[in-house]
Amino acid sequence: MSVGVFILVSVIKSLVVLIVLLTAVAYTVWLERKIVGRMQNRWGPTRVGPFGLLQPAADGLKFLFKEDLTPPHVYKPLFLAAPMMAVIFALTSISVIPFGNSITLFGYSIPLQITDVNIGLLLILGVTSMGVYGVALAGWSSNNKYSLLGGLRAGAQMVSYEIALGLSLVGVLIQSGSFSLRAIVDAQGGRFLGFIPRWNIFHWQFVGFFIYLMAAYAETNRIPFDLPEAETELVAGYHTEYSSMKFAMFFMAEYANMITVACLATLLFFGGWHGPLAGPPLMRALLPVFWFVAKVFCFLFLYIWVRGTLPRFRYDQLMSFGWKFLLPLAIANLMVTAIVVAW
Amino acid sequence: MSFHLILFLAFGAVCVGGAVNLLAQRHPINSALSLIAVMAALAGEYLLLGAEFVAAVQVIVYAGAIMVLFVFVIMLLNAAEEEETRGSRVAFLLGVPGVLTGSVLTAWVVLRHSGTEAVAIGALPGHPTDIAQLLFHDFLLPFEVTSVLILIAIMGAVVLASKPESTARKVD
Amino acid sequence: MVPLSYYLVLSGFLFACGVAGFLIKRNIITIFMSIELMLNGVNLSFVAFAAHWHALSGQVFVFFVMVVAAAEAAVGLAIIIAVYRTRGTLNVDQVNLLKL
Repeated sequence: MSVGVFILVSVIKSLVVLIVLLTAVAYTVWLERKIVGRMQNRWGPTRVGPFGLLQPAADGLKFLFKEDLTPPHVYKPLFLAAPMMAVIFALTSISVIPFGNSITLFGYSIPLQITDVNIGLLLILGVTSMGVYGVALAGWSSNNKYSLLGGLRAGAQMVSYEIALGLSLVGVLIQSGSFSLRAIVDAQGGRFLGFIPRWNIFHWQFVGFFIYLMAAYAETNRIPFDLPEAETELVAGYHTEYSSMKFAMFFMAEYANMITVACLATLLFFGGWHGPLAGPPLMRALLPVFWFVAKVFCFLFLYIWVRGTLPRFRYDQLMSFGWKFLLPLAIANLMVTAIVVAW
Repeated sequence: MSFHLILFLAFGAVCVGGAVNLLAQRHPINSALSLIAVMAALAGEYLLLGAEFVAAVQVIVYAGAIMVLFVFVIMLLNAAEEEETRGSRVAFLLGVPGVLTGSVLTAWVVLRHSGTEAVAIGALPGHPTDIAQLLFHDFLLPFEVTSVLILIAIMGAVVLASKPESTARKVD
Repeated sequence: MVPLSYYLVLSGFLFACGVAGFLIKRNIITIFMSIELMLNGVNLSFVAFAAHWHALSGQVFVFFVMVVAAAEAAVGLAIIIAVYRTRGTLNVDQVNLLKL
């Protein structure tokens, strides 16, 4: 396709994905409040709209109209830039995530992915590494000892669990032979042993999956690893001094990271968009997207379920878990996978 | 004015601006952030030369881990703005013109005596498989030696940065 | 098509800025960052020549430079922390006595 059509299609894809992602972030917050509420034997939001479905809209309006305070002794350039950095890096990683096979519109075959880079997985790892800055700089620029401690703890935690995260993905890479996310999902088609789908979690990467899950929970600062932003420990950690829209940006960044982690888990370990296909060609083109969204939803539910159930780790327990258990396990998983594949 | 040249100049401008800003800023955190900008722009330059794996590793390792270490140390030690002393003013008055002259001369010589060898966009695709082939076959010994180097660096950093009381042995 | 010399000039300029920072700056962390800037300039030179001569070893060598830079950053920052603990200052002009 010509350059102009390519640019137009890319812009439209980016806009659609961005709008869908931001809506998904807003409704993930609603979902979390509802599910955690039900687990605690209470209703969750019910007043604003049926089942509280307009609660995210009300929250958005609240954040827009709240007074945006900048305390006097903060380091202003970084205070303003840190939430922007957090959101930018959280939203960038969605650009290499494929949602389904190609669809054909107006004679052009359009892959359902903003861009398929040869090194897609490395790009996501790189963006995750850069996400540490949003948190650490927010904590430092707030000029507040609780924020500084929260920022340092969050930064050290994210850097430590990045290693286990990366190593857990190398097992998948060795089996799939490519860094491109589309190629990794394509390698998971079909079945083995007759009826088991050839998803990586069944195809010998279950240890890798559990390491990935735990490391990802620590990367996104969610319970049980959310000490850096726990209210009872550090006021509110690195986002203590933030109000209104900047605080909302940190929230958005956290939930966007959650969604990215859920998407990656389905792509790498659960076969992405592979699922039973049936019906006319239009349905066959759209069913893979439905399977993908269903699997991502299951992972988001797991995230929220774990949040409602587990207590949080102490910081030294958290760090020793990451370095002394998860990292050696990830290396062992890598070695076993490499030996099995080399044979 | 090909697209390749425009992209090269855009990334190059960020590199140059970041490098000059690192020298111009007085607070180390601003210098650290401009160095991160330089590294990100360099990753873009590597992509223009086709080295996709090197660009990704530059972002993950250099900008995402080494510079995080720098930022942590700046935050921990609560580094403040530099004061201007007599020595720093002398260094500034002699150093900046000196380095500027040196670099302008070198650039002039290089540009004047170079031929027309041009590098195409994405000239040498650095696929991970090809790099791994080289790294684990021809460069296996340096690879193993650098892993020992990292082990030594880890031990050294832990010992150097630990508080003195914790490394003192208690004699009962 | 960008001539190779443009990449070399950019790499040389980054190296020159690194040297200038190393000589001019007084804060020890900024001096250390100038060293990292020098290493980055050299990395660009390696990758540019690898592309010019179609030799992938240039890109592989960049890994070794990055590994050495990482090891040096870790140990160097630990030394900086130790110096700050004993001298109480990050200004190299004031760390000029062998005795505390």
